Amino acid sequence: MFKKIMMPVDLAHQGDLKKALACAADLASHYGAEIVYVGVTAAAPSATAHNPEEFDAKLKEFAAGQGREHGVTASSKTVLCHDPTTDVDDAIVKAAKDTGADLVVMASHVPNVLDIVWPSNGGRVAEHVDCTVMVVRS
Amino acid sequence: MAEETTNQGIPRPEGNADLIQTDYEIGQDNIQTKVGPFGLDIHNPVFVISGLVIIAFVAYALAAPTQAAEFFGWLRPALTSTFDWFFLWSANIFVLFCLVLIVSPYGSVRLGGTDARPDYGYTGWFAMLFAAGMGIGLMFFGVLEPVYHMAISEPLGVPSPIAEDGSIIEANVDAARRMGLAATSYHWALHPWAIYAVVALALALFSYNKGLPLTIRSAFYPIFGERVWGWTGHIIDTLAVFATLFGLATSLGFGAQQANAGLEHIYGLPNNTTVQVILIIAITGVALISVLRGLDGGVKVLSEINMVIALLLLLFVLFAAGVGGILSDFVAGLGAYLREVVPLSNPHGRDDTGYMQGWTAFYWAWWISWSPFVGMFIARVSRGRTVREFVTCVLIIPSLVCLLWMAVFGGAAIDQVLTDPAGSAVKAQVIDSYNPPLSLFAMLEGLPLSSITSTIGIILVIVFFVTSSDSGSLVIDTITAGGKVDAPVPQRVFWCTFEGLVAIALLIGGGLGALQAMVISTGLPFTVILLMICFAIFKGLMNEKRG
Repeated sequence: MFKKIMMPVDLAHQGDLKKALACAADLASHYGAEIVYVGVTAAAPSATAHNPEEFDAKLKEFAAGQGREHGVTASSKTVLCHDPTTDVDDAIVKAAKDTGADLVVMASHVPNVLDIVWPSNGGRVAEHVDCTVMVVRS
Repeated sequence: MAEETTNQGIPRPEGNADLIQTDYEIGQDNIQTKVGPFGLDIHNPVFVISGLVIIAFVAYALAAPTQAAEFFGWLRPALTSTFDWFFLWSANIFVLFCLVLIVSPYGSVRLGGTDARPDYGYTGWFAMLFAAGMGIGLMFFGVLEPVYHMAISEPLGVPSPIAEDGSIIEANVDAARRMGLAATSYHWALHPWAIYAVVALALALFSYNKGLPLTIRSAFYPIFGERVWGWTGHIIDTLAVFATLFGLATSLGFGAQQANAGLEHIYGLPNNTTVQVILIIAITGVALISVLRGLDGGVKVLSEINMVIALLLLLFVLFAAGVGGILSDFVAGLGAYLREVVPLSNPHGRDDTGYMQGWTAFYWAWWISWSPFVGMFIARVSRGRTVREFVTCVLIIPSLVCLLWMAVFGGAAIDQVLTDPAGSAVKAQVIDSYNPPLSLFAMLEGLPLSSITSTIGIILVIVFFVTSSDSGSLVIDTITAGGKVDAPVPQRVFWCTFEGLVAIALLIGGGLGALQAMVISTGLPFTVILLMICFAIFKGLMNEKRG
C-alpha cells in the first residue's frame, strides 16, 4: 500500500519520538516500504550540530542506525531553513513533495489551548500535503 | 571526546572551517519546561535575570522619575564630554579595521565555511540590514541634521549663513551648505556601519565557522576562553538583552510621540498619551504578527515593503525639489565628506565642542549601544558571504545610500531655508524653535502633494518601528535561549509584548528619557568590548581557510 514513508525527526528530542519511530518502522516492514528521515535545521549552531554539514552527517548516522535496528531500508534528508521555529511546517511539506513519499508519519504533542491560535505541526502538514499523514500521539 | 553517537556530541572538525573545540554544548544550561500550555526553552540564568532586572529598572524609573531623570540626564553628557576623544578614536579604529579587512587576504574567508552559499539574495539581505540598522533614524534626522549643522552647530568652525536677524549672509552659503551635508554624512556613513560590521562579523565568524552558539558571548571566546560559558558570559548576554530591550522600548515610546506629533500636525489628532498608547499597541501588534510569521515570512517581507516605500518617497522628494540641484548637492556633499572626514574624526584641538560632543560622541555612544542588537541581526542573515563581500556590503553600500538620503532630504530642506527664509516651515521648526519630530513634515510641506507625502511619511515611520521591533524581539529571543534559533514561539511573543508593555509603562509613568540616556551610557563599556572584539576577529580569521 505504501512504498515510501517519510518521517520528520528532531534529533534534539529523540525521547519524544520513540513511539512514532517504532510505528514508522513497523509500517515500513509490513508494507516493504523504505523510510526517509527528514531533519530541519537552521544554519546557526544548534544543540544537535555546529553546522549544517555536521547535522547532515548525524542524521545519516541516525537513519542508518534505525535501518539496522528495524531491518528496513532507511535514508535521510536534511532541510535547511532560515527560521525553524516558524518555517518547520513548510519545510516538512516541501520535503514530502521532494521525496515523493506516500505516507508521512510524525510525532505529536498533547493538544492544548494554544493550538487554536497556533496550529500543530501535524495539522498544518496534513492540510498541505497530498499523501496520507499519520500523527502518532506520544 | 570526539565520539559521534547520536546527538549533542562534540563534532569532528569539518575541514572547510576551523571549529573551536569546547566542552560546552548549546542548550546545556537551558531549562525546557511548560508554563500552562506554553512550552519554553530558556537559558538559565540569562532569561530570568534579564527579565527581572528590566522590571526592576522600570519600577525604579516609575517610582523615582525625577531622581532617575536627574541622574541619567547628568550621566550621558558627562560621559560624552569626558570621553569624546575615546569615542572618536575608537570609531576611527573600527573604520580602519574594516578597510584593512577588505584588502587583506583574510577577506576571502567565507562565513559558514568554504562551501557555504548565501542564505539571502542581495535585495532581501540589504533591505533587512537597513531596516534594522538605521531606517528610523533617517526619517527622524534626514531633515533635522543637515539644516542644524548648516545653520547652528558650525562644525569645524564653518560659519552659519543665517544672521541673527534671520537674513542670509551670501558669502557663507556655499561652504555652510557643503558642511551641513558633510557633517551629517559623517554620522551616518562609514563610522556607524563599521561599528555594526565589527559586531556582526564577530558573531557570524564565531557562530558559523567556529560552531559556537549564536549569542554575544561567543565573540569573547578567544579572550575569555571557557569562562564565557559561566558568569562572564551571563553578564555579557544580560547586558546585551538589557541594552536591546531598553533601546527598543524607549525608541518605541519616542517614536509613538513623533508619529503622534505628525498626526496632530496633519490631521489635527489630539496629542496625548491615549493616542500614543494606541500607537504602541498597534506597532507591537504588527510586530507580533511579523515575528509569528518568522524571518522570511514576516521580517524580510516588511523590510522589503519598507525599502520600496522609502525609495518612492526618496524619488518623489528628488524630483519635486529639482533633480539637478539635489544631484549637485549629492556630489558636493560626497566631495565635502571625503575632504572633511579626517578633520571631523580628529578629536584634538577643536573648538566646535557643541558639535563634537553633543552630536558626534553622542552618536557614537548610541550606535555602539545598539550594536549588539543590529550586529546580531546582521549576523543572523549573513551566512555564506565572504568577509570581503560582507564588509564591503555592510560598510560601503549603506554609506552611499545614507549619503544620497541626506543629500535629498537635507538638500531639499536647506534649499527651502535659503530661498525663502521667512516662509520656510523648516526654518521655523529647526532653526527658530527646536522641534525635531516635525522637521520632516515641515520639509514635505514645502513640496507639492504634502498631505499625501506626509501620510506616507508617518506610515514609513511606523513601519520602520515595526521592523526594528520584530528583529529586536528575534535577537532577544535567541540570546535568552542561549543561542538557540529554534526556541518555541511563545518566547518571541513574550519579548515582543514585554517590549511594548515597558514602552507603555514608561510613557505613562515618565522615565523614557532617563532610560534612553542610560542605554546610551552603556555605549562606553561596549566601546571597550568592541575594541577587544576586533582583536578576537583577527585571531579567529588567522586559522580559517581562505578561498
